[in-house]
This record gives sequence, structure tokens and C-alpha cells, in this order.
Amino acid sequence: MTFVAKPKIHHPLLTVNELGLTRRDYEGSVSTLCAGCGHDSVSAAIVQACASLSLPPHKFAKVSGIGCSSKTPSYFLGNSHGFNAVHGRMPSVATGANLANRELYCVGVSGDGDSASIGIGQFAHIVRRRINMLYIVDNNGTYGLTKGQFSATNDLGSTSKKGVPNLYEPIDLVSMALQIGASFVARSFSGDKRQLVPLIQAALMHKGFAFIDVISPCVAFNNHNGSTKSYDYMRGYSGNLIDADFIAAGEEITADYEPGQLEDVAMPDGSTLRLRKLDEDYDPHDRVLALSHVQRAAENREVVTGLLYVDPDASDCHDILGTPPTPLNALDESVLCPGAAALERVNAALR
Amino acid sequence: MLREWPRARYLIRQAAMTATPHSLRSNSPGRSAPNRAGGSQVTYNDFVIRFANVNGSGSASANGMFAKALFRMGIPVATRNIFPSNIEGLPTWFEVRVSEHGYMGRREGVDIMVAMNAETFAEDIESIVPGGYLVYDNSKEMPRHLRRSDIHFVGIPISQLALPEFPNPKHRALFKNIIYLGAMSALISIDFDVITGMVSAQYKGKDDLIAPNIHALEIGRNYALNYVDCPLPIQVRYSDAVGERIMVDGNAAAALGAIYGGATVCAWYPITPSTSLAEAFEKYCNQLRVGASGERNFAIIQAEDELAAMGIVIGAGWNGARAFTATSGPGVSLMTEFLGLAYFAEIPAVLWDIQRAGPSTGMPTRTQQGDLLAAAYASHGDTRHPLLFPSTPKECFEFGADALDIADRLQTPLIVLSDLELGMNDNLSEPFAWDDDRRYDRGKVLDAEQLDDIETFGRYVDADGDGIGYRTLPGTHPEKGAFFTRGTSRDEYASYTEHPEAYTANMDRLLVKWETARSLMPKPDIHDRGRRAGILYYGTTALPIPEALDRLREDGVELDTLRIRAFPFADDVRAFIDRHDIVFLAEQNRDAQMKTLLVNDLGIHPAQIESVLYYGGFSISADTIHEQVLAYYEARKLPRLREVGS
Repeated sequence: MTFVAKPKIHHPLLTVNELGLTRRDYEGSVSTLCAGCGHDSVSAAIVQACASLSLPPHKFAKVSGIGCSSKTPSYFLGNSHGFNAVHGRMPSVATGANLANRELYCVGVSGDGDSASIGIGQFAHIVRRRINMLYIVDNNGTYGLTKGQFSATNDLGSTSKKGVPNLYEPIDLVSMALQIGASFVARSFSGDKRQLVPLIQAALMHKGFAFIDVISPCVAFNNHNGSTKSYDYMRGYSGNLIDADFIAAGEEITADYEPGQLEDVAMPDGSTLRLRKLDEDYDPHDRVLALSHVQRAAENREVVTGLLYVDPDASDCHDILGTPPTPLNALDESVLCPGAAALERVNAALR
Repeated sequence: MLREWPRARYLIRQAAMTATPHSLRSNSPGRSAPNRAGGSQVTYNDFVIRFANVNGSGSASANGMFAKALFRMGIPVATRNIFPSNIEGLPTWFEVRVSEHGYMGRREGVDIMVAMNAETFAEDIESIVPGGYLVYDNSKEMPRHLRRSDIHFVGIPISQLALPEFPNPKHRALFKNIIYLGAMSALISIDFDVITGMVSAQYKGKDDLIAPNIHALEIGRNYALNYVDCPLPIQVRYSDAVGERIMVDGNAAAALGAIYGGATVCAWYPITPSTSLAEAFEKYCNQLRVGASGERNFAIIQAEDELAAMGIVIGAGWNGARAFTATSGPGVSLMTEFLGLAYFAEIPAVLWDIQRAGPSTGMPTRTQQGDLLAAAYASHGDTRHPLLFPSTPKECFEFGADALDIADRLQTPLIVLSDLELGMNDNLSEPFAWDDDRRYDRGKVLDAEQLDDIETFGRYVDADGDGIGYRTLPGTHPEKGAFFTRGTSRDEYASYTEHPEAYTANMDRLLVKWETARSLMPKPDIHDRGRRAGILYYGTTALPIPEALDRLREDGVELDTLRIRAFPFADDVRAFIDRHDIVFLAEQNRDAQMKTLLVNDLGIHPAQIESVLYYGGFSISADTIHEQVLAYYEARKLPRLREVGS
């Protein structure tokens, strides 16, 4: 297996964004994942979201752990640096990367094995720390690279390809993220680009920790009858709770829905997140309600998708730490080194 | 009220020095306090005093003031806190080596024992050298069987003195420490004004605490002056032996070094004995790194574990910030997977390992040099990491900054091996120094303009032949220089491949880099006067070396010395070993780990090195080195200078 670069030929009809770039400029190398893998749809959604937001394609720090999902940062934003780190430890690498340079868009891609098993501790703690990033879990309920073992997000009773049922309770990362304090929590489905792309756009523009759990079927090991992470199951049992549309700054905002059901959320960059409630009783700013809604649906073996919770005024780790607006990695001796005179005072205090 | 006690009862009980087999009782056969009972000769500024306390009883403050008072009188002191892994109730000792000569290593045997812990009373009495002194609370009668006829008993009724003065039991417990400090000032002639001055300075702003503390000092002092033959023949007096030196622990020094060296990210997980390094970094950052608008030019994360701490450091290093972590042995174990990745992915990182006796439930509050092999070869696969071995707080400061430069230059994790002895104890140190013209060496990092000048960027291309490629940081250039960081499954352009040739070429280039590291690391400290035997040592094993060498010289053994400061070893180390008939290597672990590194890295014959080992959890003493080196000469009936000369 070798790296294959995509030819840089643009279709003449490809749309050009504000930076004069097309979607192709946001792609990466050719995917080596299985044909039909949900993860490739997620990568495509990231490409589309970044291109339509006209974000500079080199101003990203892409981080991942280990697994099929964690290979994907190679397949989008090829002009950005990526770091394929240690299994389950992407959150700590993302934390360090974000502390070093707050100006980059930090995108972490992980999987259900990576985040819900080996890395569950790091997942929990990056949520607490409010790192300003987009954290996507490509959730397929299985360990693909090692050929089909159950992961911790697999539902109780969901069967393996050979028909063996999973005997253990699932871990729901959305519920965890809600409980521990994530300021943007969504669930989506790799097969629903219409929903997923605006969610990624909004998450990238959100200040604070944005988490999207994307059910992303594994065509090789977990896409059969009896699996609750298959394309068919998701099409049959998932329900969109809140629709989110992303409206870039300066773009005209038109109302084509019944008033009362719409809410426009102002984003830090001047863009607007338009939420369309599909359930009148739902409030996407009520963390407790969101949590109970998600849990109740799970009891009914339904998957709730959409933007489940958002706090548009959230703070991030840099606010907590009080760091300067200049990235820490751009500070030089003049700021960092207190100098010989100050050291003499330190010496004097130690006599 | 003090007068109610009959004076005679509290006089020093002079010991008869006859017929008692002292050596059975003393830690140190043959050693006795400088002023033998019966002799009236007074010795100054040369003794070991140990305070036996219960941890959590507030003794640390009084003991610290004791050491600081002597330091302020210009007398060299080395302090050692011997403490349990516990918050309250277990035994703890504070030992002060007082030495006009400047011997800062540990010496076996205690000349003055201030025994304030009933639980360890018997063993504390045992540890006093013949002719030494026991200072104890004689509010209750001491059991007869604990008496020794070869030491002096100095009873101060501390509890009885405190009872009427401090009715609150909590306060009383604290002031008992101050009372014995006051008594000590009289017993060994500490300038009382120095101590009262320190109390006033310590409680500045809490003025209502000054008077009761000084009162407690006076209670102890007056009792000793009135009822004991003061001062004892072991005394202190003003000296100029301290000079310009400062008193500081190695962890605080390392933290300051990291600040001066430009570290902006510190991620850590609490673990003794490294915790105080991260805490000192925060303390000094708050003093020295806050900008005019209140912006904090640093980021400190107390991580969820050591894995995360190392992950944060590596993420920050990858993204161009200077980052470090501090931990101890168990933390190094947890960090090893990341250390291996950073070695192969070539990401700068600095790790301070403040070594302790392992494992996790080993002796976490005791010192050791037991992590050398674990650190040098941390992780799976063919990994090796450069190491630094600081010996003094000043060197901790220097390495604190240098480590960041070296890690950036070599693009690799670098581990600094300190230990509890150096990290947590106040040590005399030359003052810290900084050259304002010094610029950070950020290593080979290309900016956007440099990238524009390059035809094709290859992250792992060895353009300069030193095994070190050029890095780029995320976000530098719109079209050039981006690459995907992984372990080894890539070619020199960072493109994915699993070709054997590409893997082997990469691994071989890392060996070239290792040789570059050899020339970059700090050079050893060598004193070679052409003698036939030499001694190697490193880290805190340096502390007792001057004293051990002096004692060996008295016995006719003269040794050249080489203090190892870094791994991989400079060529000078091999030359030193090869030039001598025999080279001793003193270290504080069971398995002679530095010897293994030397044999491995330099390919020397193991028989060229004779190990001097101590691994009991205290700092290695001059006695141990002296005895083991002499034993080598005696076992082989080797001639010594004195015999040759006579």
C-alpha cells in the first residue's frame, strides 16, 4: 500500500469559494478505506464544510488516534499538517496542539474504539478542559482494522456478522459529552450529508469544545441485519430532533419556516446557526433536557440526531488559562525570558 | 515557674566512655562525635543533626528555619527530608549536614538527635554516634532500657513548658517545634537575632503570629540557658564559607530554568517527588511571565494521568511550542508509548524524571537513581533517548533551559534524570546566572519564506548529513511544507509506505542523528591528574564525592574523577575509562544501570568498571564510597600510595 496523491485537475464547473479555491483544494490523498465506508462520507463532508466556509486550507491542525477513523485525516485538507498519534490519545495531542497555537482550526477524528474504550479517559478530560476544537467520532460499533470485534459503543444485543449478540451495555459518547460539559454536542449519520455538513460548519465556527458523534457504518464488519450501526438501521430508526442550517456571515437570512419553530444563533465570526426544532418541546440550550431526551430515545432503541445542545457563549481553555491572543508558539525571548536582572532578584530571595 | 524544676535533674548526664561496645549501637562503627565526652575540645560548624518528628505536626517550618539560620550565618548546610508517603501521623526525619569544609553529601551517624517522636525514640537513640547528644522532651521519665552510657542526654521538658503557655492543643503542638528550635539556639550558639529576624520575615503581614512565635523561641532558649550547660561542645559560629551561594531545591531550579529557556506549555500529573517542579513552574510563571495586560504567557495543565501529560507535551512540541513535563518512575512507565512515537516521529519534548525508589508501591519518598535504563530505552522498537544528569540546583537551572534547546535541535524527546535527593531538598548552590544575549536554538524549523526557496520539501530528508531533517509547523504556508506525522510507515517525504528499504534507511538515519547528539550533549566534568585509578559518578552521587576522595586520600588511595553529565557519552568518557587501570562507578541502584549504558553505548569491556553501589533509599554517603573502594584494594592486596611511598 502506498500513498496516492490525487491529480490536481479541476473540473471547470466546480464552484470557487471566496479564497478562489474549489472543493478539490480541500481534499487529501486517495482513501484506502473500503468502498462504501461511512468514514469517507465524513471526510467528504469535512471537505465540503471547509470549502464552503472559505477557510484557508492550511490553517488546520488535524489530529487522530489509531484505527480506520484515525487514518482519515490523510484524506481531507491535504495542505494542512496532520498527526496520526497513539491509540486513544488523540485528545491529549489535540490539547497540546491547541495550547501551542490557538489560531489554527483544530480537527480531531477518532473512532468508537479509540474514544470509548482505550481513550475514554482522555475523551472525558478533553471535554472538561473545553479545548476549542471539532472532535468527530466516526462511530461504527466495531474494530475494523482487527477484523470485526465489538466496540464499546455497540448496542446490547446487536449482533456480529456471524450472528453472535453483543453481551455488554453500550457507552454513549454523546451522553458523556453532555454530562461533562461540552458546549456543542451533535449526533449525525454519515449517510445524511444534508444534516452533517451544516453541523460541521457550525462546529468549526463554535468557540469551545464541539463534539459530533457520527454513526458511520462499517461495510466490511457491521452492516448486516441485526446490527444497530448499519445503513438500514440508521435509515429506519434514527430521528432528527433539531435541524441546523449554517448561514455564513453576510449571507442573506431568509425565513422559510413557521415562526416560533426557528431560532437563529449568532456565532462568534458573525455567521448564523439556524436551528429548526422538529419537536416543539425540545430546547437545545437545556443540557439536562438534552441528556434525558437522548437516553429516553436509546431506551426505545432509537437514535436521535441533529444538534442536541449548544451554548453559543461558551468559553474555551485559553479563556480559562488567560493566555495571550498571540499563539504561544509565536512568543520569543523578549516575552518569555525574564532576563538576568530578574534572576538576580530570584537569587537574592534565596539567600 | 521555670525555677520550680530542680536544676540538677536536667543537667546533661555526662557519659562514661568506658567498656561499652558502642559499635553495636551506632550506625557507624568507629565514628564518634567530634567532641568525645570527657574531652572539652569544642568543634565548630561540623556535625550532623537530625530532627525526628511526626509528619503533619508542623515541624517542617521550625526545621527549615534551623537550617536557614545556619546558612544565614555563612555556614554551609545540606538538608535532607526523610519522610513517609503519608499526610499525618507517621515518622519523619529532617537531617542537616553542617560542614565548614563544604561537604554536602550524606555522612553516616548522627551527632545531635532532636527526638520528638515517641514511636521512633528507641531507634533514634541507636543512631547517635558515641559521644553524641540526644535532645529530648523529658516531660515524662525516659524508660531506663533506652539509656546509653556513651552518649549525652539533654532533657528539655518541652510539653510541660508549652502546656501553661499555649492552652489551645493545636497551637501547642505547633509551638513545641518552635520551643525546641529556641532551645537549640542556646545549645549550639545560633545567633538568636538571626532566628527572630526570620520569624518576623516569615509572618510579615500576619503580625499577631510574630509575638507568640518569638515567645515560644524564648521559652526554649531560656530553659536551656538556665538549666543546661550551654553551649554544648558542638557549636556553630559565623563563617564566610557560603559565599555568594543560594539555598534552593533542584525542582524549583529546574522550573526556573524552564521559564528562562522559553517553555510555554507544562503538562503534568501529581507524583512525588516531581510535583514541586510543576508547582514551582506555576509559582515562578505567576511572578515572571505575566504580561502588562495580565496575559499569562504560559499554559499549565494538570492532566488526568502521565499518558495525557506526555501527549500534551508532544502535541505542543509538534505545533512549535516549547513544552515539558515532570514525573517520576511510574509516570515514565506510562509515558513510554508516547516517548517511542515522539522518537520515531521526531518531535521535541522534555521530560524531567525526579527519580525515587520504585515501584509505585515501592518507597515513593526515598531517593534512587533507578530509572536510567527505563528512560534511555523507553518504549518498544529500537528507541533510545538522550539523557541529562544534573548534580546541583544550578545545573538543574541550566539543564532546565538547555534541555529545551537540545530537544529542539535534535527533534527528539530528551529526559533529565534528577532524583528526590536533589529535587526536594534545599541544597547549597552557586547562584543562577543568565546571559541576556542568549537566543533560543529552535533547531531546524522552516518558515514560509524558506519554504518558498525550496523546490521540494521532504520532512525526513537528511540534507545536512547530521541525521536531522527540517521541520515545518502547522499553518506555515498555504501550499508547501504540510505533511502527515506518523511513526515510521513513511518515506523521507513523509508519504505513507511500508517498504523495507524506506524503513531501514530511516532507522539508519536515526543512528546518524544519535552520533550528532553525542557531540551536542554537555561534556563530562573531568579531573584527570594521571593517576592509575579513577571514579565515575553522576547526578547526586556527586554530593559525597569530595568527602569520600579526601578520606580515601588519607588511606592512600588517590582517584581521578569524571562526572558524567549526559547520555550518549562523549568520546572523553571512553578515553578516561581506557586510560585508567581501573575505574570505579558510583551509583544509586542495584543493577549498575549506568555501567550497562556505558558498556552498551561505548562497547567497553565490563571488567574495566568496578561498581560502587548503594540502593537503600537514602542518598549515598561518603562512608559507602570510601568503604567499597577500599574493600576493592584490600581484596586484591593492591598497593596504596602510603605503602608505595614508605
